[in-house]
Amino acid sequence: MGAPGGVRDHVVNLRLRGLSVLVARRLAAAPVVLLAVTFLVFALGAASPFDPVRQYAGDAAFTASARNLEQIRAGLGADRPFVAQWWSWLGDALTGDLGASRSLRMPVGQVIGERLGWTVLLVSVAFVLTLVGGMALGILAARRRGGVLDRCVTGAMYTLEAAPVFWLALGAVWLFALRLDLLPAGGLTDTSASVVTADQVGAHLVLPAAVLAVSQLPWFVLYIRQSLIAALAEEHVLGARARGLRERTVLLRHALRSALLPFLTLLGSRVPELITGALLVETVFSWPGVASATVQAALALDFPLLTALTVLATAAVLIGNLAADVLYGLADPRVALDG
Amino acid sequence: MHYPPFSGRRRGVLAATLVGATLAAAGCAGSAPSAGGAKGAHTIVIGVGQEPDSLSPILGYSKDGAAKLFDGLLAHDADLGLVPALARALPEVSADGLTYTYRLRDRLSFSDGRPLTSADVAFTYRTILDPTVPTTVRSDLAALDRVAAPDPGTVVFTLKYPYAPFPQRTTLGIVPEHVLGTLTGPALTTAEFNRKPIGSGPYTVDTWRAGEKLVLKANPNYWGGEPAIKQVTFAFILDDNTRATRLAAGDLDAAALPPKLAERFAKDRTRSTLKVDTADYRGVMLPSGNPVTGDLAVRKALDLAVDRGAMVRGILNGDGAPAFGPVAPSSPLYARELEHAVDAPAAERLLDEAGWRKGDGGIRVKDGRAARFTLLYPAGDALRKDLALAYVSDAKRIGIDISVEGLTWDAIEPRMRADALLMGQGAPYDPDFVSYETFHSSLAGQAFNNPGHYRNASVDALLTEGRTTRDPARRAQVYGDLQRALAADPAWTFLTYLKHVYVVDNDWTGVGAQVEPHPHDLVGPWWNIEKWVPRAASATTS
Repeated sequence: MGAPGGVRDHVVNLRLRGLSVLVARRLAAAPVVLLAVTFLVFALGAASPFDPVRQYAGDAAFTASARNLEQIRAGLGADRPFVAQWWSWLGDALTGDLGASRSLRMPVGQVIGERLGWTVLLVSVAFVLTLVGGMALGILAARRRGGVLDRCVTGAMYTLEAAPVFWLALGAVWLFALRLDLLPAGGLTDTSASVVTADQVGAHLVLPAAVLAVSQLPWFVLYIRQSLIAALAEEHVLGARARGLRERTVLLRHALRSALLPFLTLLGSRVPELITGALLVETVFSWPGVASATVQAALALDFPLLTALTVLATAAVLIGNLAADVLYGLADPRVALDG
Repeated sequence: MHYPPFSGRRRGVLAATLVGATLAAAGCAGSAPSAGGAKGAHTIVIGVGQEPDSLSPILGYSKDGAAKLFDGLLAHDADLGLVPALARALPEVSADGLTYTYRLRDRLSFSDGRPLTSADVAFTYRTILDPTVPTTVRSDLAALDRVAAPDPGTVVFTLKYPYAPFPQRTTLGIVPEHVLGTLTGPALTTAEFNRKPIGSGPYTVDTWRAGEKLVLKANPNYWGGEPAIKQVTFAFILDDNTRATRLAAGDLDAAALPPKLAERFAKDRTRSTLKVDTADYRGVMLPSGNPVTGDLAVRKALDLAVDRGAMVRGILNGDGAPAFGPVAPSSPLYARELEHAVDAPAAERLLDEAGWRKGDGGIRVKDGRAARFTLLYPAGDALRKDLALAYVSDAKRIGIDISVEGLTWDAIEPRMRADALLMGQGAPYDPDFVSYETFHSSLAGQAFNNPGHYRNASVDALLTEGRTTRDPARRAQVYGDLQRALAADPAWTFLTYLKHVYVVDNDWTGVGAQVEPHPHDLVGPWWNIEKWVPRAASATTS
């Protein structure tokens, strides 16, 4: 009575131990990766020909005196070697002070605090849209493999896969904002509005979220389609069909269930694509999130801000990958958890 | 038959609600409150292409006045004359020209209700003089030695040397010591004040979302009277085409536009196009260290050979003026007699006489050296690129071979000493501004000052005399002589003055522009927006 249960418990325990080793190992490696990334950003900044002082001074640099500019260089701490700059940045960052954004003239922590929420909103809405849309289209396409619908969806997805995100975004602005005048072209609220209200944000969220979702769609649709087609050929699905169950039940209850598991576990690995997509979408739609701030920081050579945002993006990617590995490991016992 | 007064409107609201509900079902809600009709003239939305880095005068925000959020001791009127603002009158100047004394108006206050006194004025200027504060305004105040506040209503500035344009520097906005007094050095670069400042001006900041918009609200307690326009929104739209489209769509009430895009609004009866004179010029800096551009004959020949009229017509769409020196044609100090037509034969004669003979391929040669140099321009600046290409083809005609290169400023900086550069600058407030830094030999090669190491003893003497002389008649003479000296020994080939073009809805009276500097911050015909008055609201009421 107890023996079979004991064996199963033992296997589950082994599995969980393997997982915790994986998580612990990854968590231990994360600080090293993040540290290397910050060092790299500072090194790249030092190696680039760009002068942060001229960037900071803007047009006034042309009439400013040389002494004035040197004083500013010292004030910004840009006169020291980059390793020293990195070291003191690191010391401050560990105490929670992420330094000063030179281009936005405010603390980096505040920039992120004000903007992160808007990015999370945009990305999560887009992600849900992608999931729902991807699932629906994937199922439709897989239902009749090689049918008209399948060929249309697959063809459209390959075309979308090839279309650059900014191109999609500009096309959407042209069509929905300029031609049809249905939706606002950009920003968080109407230009004349002075307060942020939910309905304003809702209306302004539609286009960027839809564009971001559509740009992510091809991978999801094609993946679901592929694994559904594979699942439909599996024995338990054939068995279900043989028992005379309705096609709908076979597809959604039996085939989809086994096709979905590996798919859901891989979601975490989509984080890098989402981040790069958000960079372009936020910029085209003037969405006030961290992704558009990253572009601004890069163009203005605002290294303190750029470093913090790069760390943020790296952390998101690491967490996404870890989540994917853990979920996959849990779902499929055959996967080795060697981290 | 009587309709209830709002029936038509109510139907509109109903329709809007239905549409809104439909849109909301699709995941997007319409903006019901503004759907009713025309926007009131008590608010304005202005589309601009440049966003301020900060709103702190200490860091250089709107340092030449018209700051909207702040007042200076003095301000500029429509003709750029100095008028008292926070000061009760223009300053009293000591006989040696070293001491400037300002008396403040009574009962001044910041928008948070705290009084504004001479201590705040002194604090503002002392902070800028502090070498640990990263600000370029310190360069503008190079003449200032110290500032004192002997009593709450008096401010005394003491200069290191007599500097006649000093009152022009006191249009800088005054910041509150009680807000910023606890911060020092670099901490001022990230103060919350930089984005949500407290000043004494006609407007206060409501919200500022970087990259999107800045919303200002009227200050009801403004000492100059509450503005009639209660809300001013600056929408930051970098792309020129988008700005024009949004203006046409009615999303914007006013916008800064490039001349070509403003053309479509020229016949629009509901909008006015303003073409504003500026002191913003473009020209080719010719470095003295380069053996070709350093040759006086070459510099004078280029000055004669350049077809400025064609540049104004072809490149600026007619919205500009030929430039012959660093003083704008709109200035009373302008030396009109220096204007001349393009004269390529004269340029060729001049080069022939100087020993530059035509060699292979029509390129001139002197002492074995070909008349050849490189002209740099900042990449991405389409106007400067077009001007550079026009300059090259004009030079080619007289046998001078120029190659152009578009680079970033960081790549240009180390090459300015040897290569020509298409530059753009200019401030209308005083002829000393910008010109001293650009042409005085004592600043040769100092950062971006006098990048071509131009040295001319009489130019030096005139620049020095101009800034130390307060007598207006004498100054007019000096700056006239300066323009003539620069024409006789051209440090630059001055090309064109620009016009800045704006389109503004005809909903307000009092709209009029000042002669403008090289653009920055919120420069534009909205310099005095606090004095604009909505037109008798006939068409806008429902």
